[in-house]
Parts: sequence; C-alpha cells; structure tokens
Amino acid sequence: MISFKLTEEQEMVRDAMREFAEQAITPIARDCDEASSIPADYIDTTWELGLVSAQIPEEFGGAGERSAITTAIVLEELGAGDAALAIAAMAPSAFVNAIIDQGTDAQKAQYLPAFCGDKFHTASLAAIEPHAMADPANPRAVAEEKEDRFVLSGRKSFVLFGDRASEFLVLARNGSEVDAFIVPRDAEGLTISEPELNMGMKGLTTNTLDLERVEVPAANRLGGDQGCDVRRILDASRVALAAIMTGMSRQVLEFCIPYAKERVAFDEPISKKQSIAFRMSDMHIDTEGMRWLTWKAASQVEQGLDATKAASFARSYAAEKTMWIADNGVQILGGHGFIREYPVEMWFRAARTISVLEGTVSA
Amino acid sequence: MVDFRLTETDKAGLARTRAEALVCRKYARYHDENEGDFPPGELPEAAEFYKNQPEVPAPGPEDSSMVVMAALHAAGQNWGDYSVRMRKATDGGLGNAALAAAGTPEQVEKWRTMVLSMAITEPGCGSDPSRVQTTAELDGDEWVINGEKIFVTTGIRAEGVVIWATIDKSAGRAGIKSFLVEKGTPGFDVPHKEKKLGIRADDTAAYVFTDCRIPRENLLGLDESIPKASSGGFRGVMKTFNMTRPMTAAFGLGIADASLDFTREHLEEAGVKIDYGTIDANEPAAAAKFKQLEALYEASMLTTLRACWLAGEGQPNNMESSVCKAHAGSAVRRITQGCIEILGPMGISREHLIEKWMRDCRITDIYEGTGEIQRLIIARGLFEYTRADLN
Ligand SMILES: Cc1cc2nc3c(=O)[nH]c(=O)nc-3n(C[C@H](O)[C@H](O)[C@H](O)COP(=O)(O)OP(=O)(O)OC[C@H]3O[C@@H](n4cnc5c(N)ncnc54)[C@H](O)[C@@H]3O)c2cc1C
Ligand SMILES: Cc1cc2nc3c(=O)[nH]c(=O)nc-3n(C[C@H](O)[C@H](O)[C@H](O)COP(=O)(O)OP(=O)(O)OC[C@H]3O[C@@H](n4cnc5c(N)ncnc54)[C@H](O)[C@@H]3O)c2cc1C
Repeated sequence: MISFKLTEEQEMVRDAMREFAEQAITPIARDCDEASSIPADYIDTTWELGLVSAQIPEEFGGAGERSAITTAIVLEELGAGDAALAIAAMAPSAFVNAIIDQGTDAQKAQYLPAFCGDKFHTASLAAIEPHAMADPANPRAVAEEKEDRFVLSGRKSFVLFGDRASEFLVLARNGSEVDAFIVPRDAEGLTISEPELNMGMKGLTTNTLDLERVEVPAANRLGGDQGCDVRRILDASRVALAAIMTGMSRQVLEFCIPYAKERVAFDEPISKKQSIAFRMSDMHIDTEGMRWLTWKAASQVEQGLDATKAASFARSYAAEKTMWIADNGVQILGGHGFIREYPVEMWFRAARTISVLEGTVSA
Repeated sequence: MVDFRLTETDKAGLARTRAEALVCRKYARYHDENEGDFPPGELPEAAEFYKNQPEVPAPGPEDSSMVVMAALHAAGQNWGDYSVRMRKATDGGLGNAALAAAGTPEQVEKWRTMVLSMAITEPGCGSDPSRVQTTAELDGDEWVINGEKIFVTTGIRAEGVVIWATIDKSAGRAGIKSFLVEKGTPGFDVPHKEKKLGIRADDTAAYVFTDCRIPRENLLGLDESIPKASSGGFRGVMKTFNMTRPMTAAFGLGIADASLDFTREHLEEAGVKIDYGTIDANEPAAAAKFKQLEALYEASMLTTLRACWLAGEGQPNNMESSVCKAHAGSAVRRITQGCIEILGPMGISREHLIEKWMRDCRITDIYEGTGEIQRLIIARGLFEYTRADLN
C-alpha cells in the first residue's frame, strides 16, 4: 500500500534530531569548517545518542531497531544542521550496515559488539578511488586469492576517519566479481595518508589508503565464501547521501527565506521580486522531490528489495538539485553569499563535495 | 509505515487500466489527425473487451487509498492516450469537482448526474480570474448572464457548466460568483471548438452568453453576499484545485512515462544498455541523459502521489498540490522534449506517437494554473505572504 506515513516513533526521532541539529550542530558548523576538524566532545555527545548501536541487533549489544527509513530521516535532520557533522555522527554506519546485511555470523560476532560500547568506535567503507571517472561499483583495486588469503592492491580516497577507524571495508575486483574485504588498520602494506585537503565538508577527516599487497585471511571477505553483493552496500550509501542532501537543500532554503524577506532593494524586500521568489519556489519543489525519492529507495532497502534503481534516482536527482539549490543560495545573498561570515558559501562547497561522492551526474 | 509497494488489488486495477490504454492508443493518431471527428464514441473493442476482463477485486483498507489510485489510474490512462477513452466518457468534468466542493446539498443532488464543465477563462483573462468580465445581474428571481468564455474543457460533451461571473464589478474578486447553467438554456451558445497543439480529441470549446436567464437558485453555494475580505468570494471553489491539480499532474506524467518507455525500447534496440549501478561518466551520453529524465519522472510522480496521499488522509494539501503541479508541469516538458533529443530525427516523425506526446503534455504547465501561478502560490506559502504581497 502506498503510504507516506511515518510511525509515531519515527516522528519522535525526527523532532528530536531536528532539535539536536539546531542546538548542537548549526552553532559549531562554521568553526569546524574553518578549523578543518570536529571537536571530540561533539563526537562523544552524538555517540551517546546511540544512533549507530540502535541499528545493531540485540544479540550483539545493540537496540535492534534498524530501519532505513528512520536512518534517512535522521540524516535529513542532521544534514539540515551540517553535512560534515551529520556524516561524523553516523560515521561507522556504512561499515556496520554492510556487516549486518551481508556479514557471516562470525563477522557479525567479531565486529558488531565494538560499536555498542560507551566510547566512540568507528570503521569505514573504502569505496572511492582518486582517479577521474572513478566508479565504486567497478574499482581498480584488485584482490588476488592466494591459498587461504586475499592479497589486496590499490588506492582508496575519501575514506572517512582514516586516522582512527579500526577497520576498512575495501571494495576490490576479485576476478570477474567485485567483493568487499575487511582490512584492519594495522595490516601490513596498508599506508594511511595524512588528512586529505578538500574543498568542502572540511571538518570531516578523510584519508587516502594505499594498499600494497595487503594480505587478509579469506575469512575477511564480506559474506565469507559466498562473497557479497557490492551493489547493496552502494545502494545504502547512495540513499544515505541523498538523505543528507535533502537536509542540506532544506537548510539553504530555510536560511534564505528570512534573509530575502528582510533584504531590501529597489524599495521592497527581494522576496517580492519574482525572480527571487520563483527560484525559491523551485528550491522547495526540488527538495520535496528528492525527499520522496530518498524515502522510496530507503523503503526498498528496508524491505530487502532490489533498490539499485531507486537509489540511483535518489542520489543523482539529489546531487543535481542540491548543487543547484546551494548555488542559488549564494546568489540570493548577493555579495554576502560570497563572504564567509554567512554560511551559504560553506554549503555551496559542501554541495559540490557531497554530490561527487559515489559518482557524478551529467549536467 | 512508509511503503511504496502496490498491493495485488492495486496491481489488478492498474493492469486493467493498462489494457484499456493499449486499446485507446490504437486510435491516438487518428484523433490527432482528425480533430473534427468528435467525440470519440465507444471504441468497437469495448464490449468484447469488458466481457473478457478478469474481475478486479474491490479495494480494502489494506490497499492504497482511492485518491492515490486515482492518480495512478489517471497516469495509466494517459500512458495510452490523453483523451481517447474505451467507453463514452461518463466521468465528470471540472465543474463536477466544483459542485462537490461548493454546492449546497440540493444543488449536488440536482446536478451531480450531469457532466459539468467549468468556465473561468475569458479572452481577456486567464491567470488572474479577478478580471472576469462576464456579468450576472439579478432580475427578479433570475440571474441574467452576459459574457464570453474560452478554452472550456469538455465544453462540447458537457451537459451543464459552472461559470464564473461578477455580480458587482466594483467589488473585484469578492464580486465573483459561480453559477450553474444547463446546456440548451436560451442565450447560451457554443460557437466553436478550439483547434489545438495537442490533446486534440479533447473537446475544448468557447461559450457565449447573451442575456442568458437562469434561476436564482443556480448560484453555486447560494451565497449572494459580497465578502469584505478580498479572497472570500471563490475560496470554496479554489479548493477544488487541491484535488484536480494532482490529477492534471498525473495526466502529464502518464504521457511522460509513455515517452520514456518508447525511448528506452529504442535505446535498447540501438544497443545502449542502461545500468543503474554505474556512474554516468562511464556510460554513453544517451544512457546518462535517459536516467536523468527517468529520475525526474520518478521525483515528480512521487511528489504527486504525496499530494494525493495527504488528501486521502484528510490532511490539507494546498501547498503540495501546487508543488506537484509545478513539478510535473516542467518535468513533462523536459522529459518529452529530452526523449526526442535522445531519439533524434525518429522522434519527430509522425509515424510514431512520441512527437504527439510532446505536444499533448505541453498543456500540463498551462491549464489549472500555469507553472508561474503555482510558483506564486508556493512562494506565498514559503514567505507567509498574501496575494497582495506577491503577485
Ligand atoms: C569579492 C567582492 C568584491 C566586491 N568589490 C566591490 C567594490 O570594489 N566596490 C563596491 O562598491 N562593491 C563591491 N562589491 C559588492 C558587490 O558589487 C555587491 O555585492 C553586488 O552588487 C550585489 O549587491 P548586494 O550584495 O547588496 O546584493 P543585493 O542587492 O542585496 O541582492 C541580493 C539578491 O537579490 C537580487 N536582486 C536585487 N535586486 C533585484 C531586483 N530588482 N530584481 C531581481 N533580483 C534582484 C540580486 O541579484 C541578488 O541575487 C564586492 C563584492 C564582493 C563579494
Ligand atoms: C486545452 C485547454 C483547456 C483549458 N480548460 C479550461 C477550462 O476547462 N476552464 C477554464 O476556465 N479554463 C481552461 N483553460 C484555460 C487555462 O486555465 C488558461 O489558459 C491558463 O490559466 C492561463 O491563462 P491565459 O491563457 O489567460 O494566460 P495569461 O494569464 O495571459 O498568462 C500568459 C503568461 O503570463 C504568465 N503570468 C500571468 N500572470 C502572471 C504573474 N502574476 N506572474 C508571472 N507570470 C504570470 C502566465 O504564467 C503565462 O505564462 C484551458 C486552456 C487550454 C489551453
């Protein structure tokens, strides 16, 4: 049955996250961007919210409340505070969900409990590669099977919290298939770069991984002997990105509304000029569209259906429109849009950054 | 729970609509090229078709709401053809929706079995109905109507009309009222059917009223007072659009969907594979562009379904109905024009329907409030502005 009805609990989560974003994220976002780091107490406070452990089954110490729709709602609300801080709050999510979704029992038992403790603990997906036209679903990184081990070689970039993640889930070509391999941070042959210098979402620490004939036991292949369906990992990550972008888009519009109503040019507020008003209507229209695309893809992920198409629509539409919305946020503020005292230039950089993750869209 | 799956009953209903649409599509080109041959009567296949159709189970509480399904059926019908129907249309016009929204119980009872068109637009005004020049003057127990209306949908087929006329020109919007007029009333003429870019099987007509006398009780809603507040006059009737706008969005989207299906088929035939798992940069430009149009379609459809779902839940959807109409209005333009761009010269050939679909769906961004008017409504909502603040 087609329904857009959130459960009561989802509504509560949404409201709580909106409040959290207003109180704990928006006020520190600019400082994080300028300092290129996120304060430790933000990481600790968000960890206490239990956003990650909520998704982990009870038998491994979590709350067993995994729902892709709930996650999408959380990410939209946090993303409406700040994209970088939203991603930081859910940092291990991609790794954790891949293990829950496709890990063997042994992998679940080995890795999941660590994410249910009191202290921040993270592990990251290593999907993106630093060359032009990189496609996470078709990595250049390779895995060679050698007796009871896999030998991994390649480069991965934009790896979240590479400085502190305990494990990396590395996507690599394994013969004709693509598989995912759990690589501990201290593996021999793995070099973790200094933090990358990116244009946007600067608060987030990301690193490049160099894998030079890194050996992992065969048991570290996600899903064990069967391997895994890498598309499911990427689908979930696309839905997450689309959810954050929905929040980012809403944030730009919500900021521009009072600004446009107050800013006077030619004897009236610029909000009364149709070229501004219509553009802002479009910002709203597009934000609505991306939210429902995100929900549809999330519901398919949640129901275990093939979500590749829906996730692709959600991500590509959100990426195109979020960029357009952030771009117009700068424009609506005029000269102030270009000045770092105002947040729109930061959102503009963030939009360009997040919208190239997981593959670009055509113009 | 958020859910986008159709139930078996939902699917059975839509499968039947698809089967009907396929038959209607066979007549699409004929009615496009023979605009004068109107109205399309019952199709020869109809009797046999309905005899052989499997029973569609009645929907229950676990199925998608009627409003949501209405949009999906509307899209499904338009996937076949905009205005060719299997059976002689018995469904109401826009005027029926206005009657339901603003009529008194007695008026609803008396008029509901008639197909009612709705005539607001005049040669001198469309987007701004406060400029309506048609007048209604009370003379004893009768209203005397004088004026000219154009672009009236179902204008020929309609048995009656809901027209907008002013009872007091000096009162502006507040003086505008809706009236029910039956076809055949002396002084009510239908001079011609419009010749159009698309949706040619649809009977869009012009109406002329010359000293046309109707009973006093034909004032829709029976409220003769002129409210002080500027918008009071037709707020009730305006509510009609909260339901009809999502439906017009769905009409256009059905046509866009047909265009996407046609284009996909021909891309595949040309050896272009559409892969949703890879990134656009690694694909032929045509496939990347196609996926982008598909995503636009999907975003627009979901936005439309959301507006319908809200209505089904009994929640206000004023803003959402404008959002989906505006979204679909521009989406269907981009999709159909984009599909033709992908297909190249075959896209403009009248051997195929896609050039007709591009023409047919162009109306989506015009009637029931142009895209610009929807954006005004949305912006007023965002800024908490009145009509006077932003127009
Ligand atoms: C890096 C930089 C260097 C600069 N250098 C100089 C300089 O050397 N000297 C100097 O004097 N200034 C300078 N400026 C200021 C610059 O010229 C102004 O920022 C610019 O003219 C826009 O004015 P505003 O910022 O007040 O925007 P506003 O006038 O407030 O405009 C805000 C938004 O409303 C839109 N808008 C305004 N009026 C209308 C209308 N009637 N219809 C529709 N839309 C409208 C604008 O296009 C814009 O999108 C500089 C600005 C920057 C950022
Ligand atoms: C096939 C068809 C069927 C129709 N069916 C019906 C029907 O059943 N009943 C009925 O009453 N009417 C009907 N119409 C009329 C339709 O609703 C109007 O054509 C439409 O509302 C636009 O009005 P207009 O044509 O007078 O354009 P105008 O109002 O003259 O608009 C011209 C342009 O100016 C723009 N514009 C107008 N005002 C503003 C503004 N404030 N700000 C920015 N831009 C503005 C418009 O968006 C448009 O782009 C139909 C029309 C067609 C073509």
